[in-house]
Amino acid sequence: MTTLDLHAVHKTYGRVTALAGIDLQVHEGSRTAIVGPSGSGKTSLLRIIAGFEAPDTGRVLLGDQLLADGPSIVPAHRRGIGYVPQDGALFPHLSVADNVGFGLPRNTPQRAKRIAELMDMVALDAAMLQRRPHELSGGQQQRVALARALALRPRLMLLDEPFSALDTGLRAATRKAVAQLLQSAGITTILVTHDQAEALSFADQVAVMREGRLAQVGRPMDLYLRPTDPATANFLGEAVVLPAQLSPGWAECALGRVSTNDLQRSGAGQIMLRPEQLQLTEAAAGTEPGFCQGVVLEADFCGPVSELTVRLLAHEGSAPLLVRSPGLYAPAVGTTVSIAVQGQAHVFAASA
Amino acid sequence: MLVTLAALLPLGFVAWVGIQAGWTTVSALVFRPRVGELLVNTGLLVLVTVPICVLLAVALAWLTERSDLPGARTWAWLAAAPLAVPAFVHSYAWISLAPGLYGLGGGVLVSVLAYFPFLYLPVAAALRRLDPAMEDAAASLGEGPWEVFFRVVLPQLRLAIWGGALLVGLHLLAEYGLYVTIRFDTFTTAIVDQFQSTYNGPAANMLAGVLVLCCFALLGVESGTRGHERYARVGSGSARQPRRSSLGRLTALCMWLPALTAVLSLGVPLVTLARWLVAGGTSVWNLAELGPALWQTLLLALAGALLTTVVSVPMAWLSIRAPGRVQRVLEGGNYLAGSLPGIVVALALVTITVRVALPLYQTVFTVLLAYMLMFLPRALVSLRAGIAQAPVELEQAARSLGRSPTQALWQITMRLAAPGAASGVAMVFLAITNELTATLLLAPNGTQTLATAFWAHSSEIDYAGAAPYALIMVLLSLPLTWLLYLQSRRMAGR
Repeated sequence: MTTLDLHAVHKTYGRVTALAGIDLQVHEGSRTAIVGPSGSGKTSLLRIIAGFEAPDTGRVLLGDQLLADGPSIVPAHRRGIGYVPQDGALFPHLSVADNVGFGLPRNTPQRAKRIAELMDMVALDAAMLQRRPHELSGGQQQRVALARALALRPRLMLLDEPFSALDTGLRAATRKAVAQLLQSAGITTILVTHDQAEALSFADQVAVMREGRLAQVGRPMDLYLRPTDPATANFLGEAVVLPAQLSPGWAECALGRVSTNDLQRSGAGQIMLRPEQLQLTEAAAGTEPGFCQGVVLEADFCGPVSELTVRLLAHEGSAPLLVRSPGLYAPAVGTTVSIAVQGQAHVFAASA
Repeated sequence: MLVTLAALLPLGFVAWVGIQAGWTTVSALVFRPRVGELLVNTGLLVLVTVPICVLLAVALAWLTERSDLPGARTWAWLAAAPLAVPAFVHSYAWISLAPGLYGLGGGVLVSVLAYFPFLYLPVAAALRRLDPAMEDAAASLGEGPWEVFFRVVLPQLRLAIWGGALLVGLHLLAEYGLYVTIRFDTFTTAIVDQFQSTYNGPAANMLAGVLVLCCFALLGVESGTRGHERYARVGSGSARQPRRSSLGRLTALCMWLPALTAVLSLGVPLVTLARWLVAGGTSVWNLAELGPALWQTLLLALAGALLTTVVSVPMAWLSIRAPGRVQRVLEGGNYLAGSLPGIVVALALVTITVRVALPLYQTVFTVLLAYMLMFLPRALVSLRAGIAQAPVELEQAARSLGRSPTQALWQITMRLAAPGAASGVAMVFLAITNELTATLLLAPNGTQTLATAFWAHSSEIDYAGAAPYALIMVLLSLPLTWLLYLQSRRMAGR
C-alpha cells in the first residue's frame, strides 16, 4: 500500500528551479533515502513533504489525505509527520524530558511513563531526563530528537541528514540503531542525505536526485549495479565505464570478452563495472603476453583494501582503470598484473 | 585594580554617609512620607514603563525581522533611531507640543518612546539569530504558529528581553531631565532638588542611598530570574535563513504599529525642533554661545571616551586571558558602579572633593572621573568583544616568530581589538555628549556643554533658544546610533 504519493511537484525560488517535477511513491512501513549532491533540491523536497513550504504546482498525498495541491497546503502542525532536523534542533531552554514530551499535551494520561518509554526506545538512560540538551553528546542529542518526533506516533518520519554531524564510528552505529527502531515501530521513513553509502545501507528504496529531478528510483542493489546513466553510476560509487562492442549477453572491450546483463542489444555501447569486480593477480613472466594485462601506476593502501590505478598494456591510449584490491594483495608500483572480471558488466541504455 | 577601587568610591561613599549619620538620623530622613511618595512614583514608573517597552519592542522586532512587512529594513532602522535623541530632548519636544502633559501618564509615554530601542535592538538581534529548525521541529510536533511563538520563540528571547529591560529600568531610575520637564517626581529629581537647595545636605545623600538600593533591587531581580539556561544553538553546522511569515490582509493593520511608533518617537521631536528653529529664525544661532558649548562638549567627550577606554584595557585583557574569581569580582564591581545613577556618582564626588581634596572640586578632572566611573562598562563590553576576537593562539604564533610578549600583545591583540576599542570610544563619546545630571553638578564654573546649555535655555522656557543645541546633539548622535544598529545586526551574523 502506498503511504506517500508525490505528483509532478514543482518549486522555484526566484529564478532558481529547486524541483522540476518530482513523482515519487513511498510504501507503507518502508524506508526511502533521497540522495543527491548539495543543491540538488533534496532538502526542498523534504520541506515540502513536511509542510514547511508549499510547492508551486503538484500534489502531495499521504494515504488518502491530500496534503498539498499547488500552493494550498495543510500546515505542518496538522500533518502528523515526524521530523528530525540536521542537528536535532533540541529546544535549549527545556530539559530532555520536556523536549521529548513537547508534542504531548500536559494532561496526557501517563505522560511521564510515555516519555520514559520513548527514552527506552531510543536506548537512552532515563537518568538523562533532567539534563539540558547542551549536556548531551551529539549522538545523544540526535536520539532525543528522534524520541521527540516519535512521541506523537507519526505516520511518516522525515530525517534531514540526521547523522551528518556525528563522527564516523558513531554514525554507522546510530544509523543502524535508528533503522532497526523505525522498522520495528513500523513507521514509514524518508531519509535525506548526500552520503551515498548511507543511503544504500539505510533504505529499501533509494531515490537519486540531480538538478531538481529524480534521476533514478529503485532498490539499493539495483541502483548500484544497474544505474541508468554514467552520472548516476559515478554518484553511487566509483565506476569503470568502458566503450564496448555488444553482442547478446557479451561485450568486447579493453578488458577482453566480458559477460553482460543485456541479452538483446548488439552494436556499439557503453558498459560499467564496479572496481571491486576487477581482480588482479601477478602476471607470470612470459605467459599470455598482452592479453588483459596492465601495469600498476599508483597504489594507495587504505587498510582493508588497496586502491590501485592500472594502465592496460594492450590499449596504450585508454584511460587508466581504478581497481579495488583486498589489502592483503598490494602490488607495488610498476608491477605487471593480469586483470580478471568477476560477475556481469552493466550495459547502459542506448541514449546514455 | 585601582580602577575598580575608584569605581567603588560612590558606593563606599553612600555606605559611609549612612554610618556616619547614625541610625536615628538615617531613619528620620528615610522613613518619612515624602520618601514613600517618591518610592511609589518611581516604582510605578518602572513597573508600567518596562512591560510596555517589552511589548512594543517584541512586536516591532517580530514585524521587522520575521514578517513580510514592506520596508522592513527601513522600519528596523527607524525603531533604533530614537536613541539618537536624548531623553530630555524627547520630553522637551512633548512638553512644547502638549503643555498639559505631566505626571505618571506623561512620564510613561515619553519614557517608552525614549527608551524602547534599548529593548528593540537586543530582541531583534536575538530573533535573527534563532535557528528556524527549532520552529520547524515544533510545528512537526503539532504546534500551531501561535503556540510555536509562545513555547519556542519567546523563551529563547528571554535573555535579550531581561537584559534590555534591566537597561531600561536603570535608565528610568537615573534619568533627571526628562522627569523635571514632565513634572513627575522621582528619586533622582528629588535628590537634585535637595542638593541645589541645601548643598550636600544629609537629606540628599540619604535619598541617594535609597536610590542605590532601588538599583540593587532591580539588579537582584534580573540576576535572580535570568536563570542559568543555555540559549545558544545546540549542534553544529550553519542555520538556514529564517522564513518570513506572510501577513496577508493584516499588512495594512500591522503597518500602523511601526509607523505610529516612528511618528511619536522621531516625528514629534524632529517636527518640534524644526518648528522652534523656524520660529526662532537666525537669532537663536548665537554663535558666541554655541561655538564654545560645541567645542567644550567635543573636548570633554573625546577626553572622557579616550580615558575610559584606555583605563579599561587591562581589565578587559585580564577578563579574557586570565578569567578567574578575582577578575570576575573586579569586573562585577565595575558593572555595579556603572549601573549607579549619574546623580549618585556626582554627589559622591562632590562630597569627597569638598571634604578631602578641595582643589579638585569643580575641575575638569572630577568631571572626567565621573564620566569614567559611569561609562566604564560600555567601554569594557566593546573592548572585551574585540579582544575575544584575537585568540591567544595568534599571540603564541607571533611569539614563536620571535616577538616579545609585549610586542605580540601590541602588534597582534591590540591591532585586532582596535575595532572593538573604537566602538567603545564611540559608545562612551555618545553617552558623554548626552549626559546632563553629573555634568550639571560637577562641571567647572563657566563650562557649558551642549546638554547643560540646552537645559539652561529650556528651564527658562526659552524653547526656541534651546532648539539649536538639541539639533546639534541629535546630529552628533546619529552616526553613532547608526553604528550601534549595524553592530547589533553584525552580532547576529548577518
